[in-house]
Amino acid sequence: MAAFGTGASRPLSGRGGSPGFRFTLYATASIIIMFMDQRGEWLERVHYVLDAAAYPIQLAVSSPSSAWQWMKETVETRDALRAENARLLLRQRELELRTMRYEALALENDHLRGLRDALPPVAERWLIAEVVDIQLSALRQRVLVNRGTRNGVFKGQAVMDDQGLLGQTTHVGPWSAEVILITDPEHAVPVEIQRTGLRTIAVGTGDTASLALPYLPANADVKTGDILMTSGLGGVFPAGYPVGRVVEVHRDAVQPLAQVRAVPYAHMDLDREVMLVWFREGHPAAPVATNGDIKSGNAAMQPQGVPPKPKPTPAGQPGAAAQSSPGAPGSSGAPGSSGAPGSARAPGAAAAPGATATPGAAAGAAPTPGDAAVIPPAPKTPKKPATPVVPEPSDDESPPYETDAPPKAAPKEPPPVVPDNTPRTP
Amino acid sequence: MQDSRGRMVFTALIALILTVLPLPSWLNLVRPEFLVLTVLYWSIASPRTGGIGLAFFSGIMLDVFQGPVLGEHAMALSLVSYIALREHQKIRSKPAFQQSLIVFAALVTYEFVLFAIDGWTKHPVTSPLRWTHTLSGAIFWAPVAAVLAASGERRR
Repeated sequence: MAAFGTGASRPLSGRGGSPGFRFTLYATASIIIMFMDQRGEWLERVHYVLDAAAYPIQLAVSSPSSAWQWMKETVETRDALRAENARLLLRQRELELRTMRYEALALENDHLRGLRDALPPVAERWLIAEVVDIQLSALRQRVLVNRGTRNGVFKGQAVMDDQGLLGQTTHVGPWSAEVILITDPEHAVPVEIQRTGLRTIAVGTGDTASLALPYLPANADVKTGDILMTSGLGGVFPAGYPVGRVVEVHRDAVQPLAQVRAVPYAHMDLDREVMLVWFREGHPAAPVATNGDIKSGNAAMQPQGVPPKPKPTPAGQPGAAAQSSPGAPGSSGAPGSSGAPGSARAPGAAAAPGATATPGAAAGAAPTPGDAAVIPPAPKTPKKPATPVVPEPSDDESPPYETDAPPKAAPKEPPPVVPDNTPRTP
Repeated sequence: MQDSRGRMVFTALIALILTVLPLPSWLNLVRPEFLVLTVLYWSIASPRTGGIGLAFFSGIMLDVFQGPVLGEHAMALSLVSYIALREHQKIRSKPAFQQSLIVFAALVTYEFVLFAIDGWTKHPVTSPLRWTHTLSGAIFWAPVAAVLAASGERRR
């Protein structure tokens, strides 16, 4: 086998010192680099340059598959194109119908909430990006897209496909950006269960087809088929975008927490095109950054208090969850910090929504481990309006908002958001 | 010096491309770490030219593509390359099967370093699947070494 060249047996310490010395040198260098990369943003610049340098290789690697794609597209038969055209027309009609209803509902909604003028959609504009076909990591769920700072992409930007939430950007190079998918084990997205308004955190599992909701108490009101939407906490994703559907709820008498599995709506593994979304700053549904570390401009919004209140219904469970958080140290902070995806999982945060949200849960949530944070749920409950339940479930779940892609038409901001912002005013 | 730096860089680049080539997930699990094998080969076959410098810069490239922290793969590769470098005489004289075993041990070391750094930097991947490539790497060692050796033959 391996025909190693003529084995020269001279000592190795030729250029650059002995191997031991060189190893020490390089090892020290890597440790310093790791340290700097881990702490602080000093290496951001270097990373940026390296990303730029790596981009040609990434393109080269993905070229065969894109060439194949191109070939397939070019030789597609007339029939296939026709079929697709018919399908798309049908789809468009369907969406148009839904949009029609959307307008009416939005209007009605605004009336109910007493808002004078209708709010513009949260999403200000989007950019289609193509997934560059390379393997970023075997066990982590990351993809590379072909848009970078040159296109205005920034770190921590929300990424969606036409069905739902996909992930957020982590590293952004000049022409490319790395996207961490919501199914990455390091990623956590603050969600709310649409039916009940119960707020919790969905954590990736490393499998493209499932999300875990590890912080729901065993008696939480959740069942198969429930729809998960972004809750708007955490400072990255705006409220009200579809995330996934609960497919499995497992309650074990011995365990204090239920084991809940959800399937993401977005097609993690099939997407070739994704959407990078910019949100209108100051919009009530825009992501709320709690720590000030992420600039997403709710600062202007906060002092104003709740937009004209609907009558305070005591039912408002989800509001209560939000409310209890600001006081409790870890809890409001944690979703906020999710700019660094991994960190959104502070147990305190997770426990707060889970434990306080449903009335039932509030009673029985004692076993929740992170519970310390959650003391004040009871007093807060009554003053929260019951808004979260408002969005008519029927039409809210179904439409993949972004499909109405002509940028203006689309996404609705379901009211639940509004209460979110205010509690954290103090 | 019979082994040119250029060829090493070239083979390392090819190996890098093989590493990031998208594959279906089941195939992906058994994909050996081609870059590590290449670096190992050059550390053993040509310790003077190849070696820790090559390992370090290959590692940095790997970090740019897949590392959660810059410098992680650089560290692991430098270590493995250093070990191979020190023992290159002994490793060379071993028969193929034993070489594969040694490579297996080296790959386990490599993966362990990554595993440890992942943990320290709070990006843990605890799935046992991360270790599968050590086995396939050991199996692939013989062909990879043969190809790299042949690349030397042709150009000489």
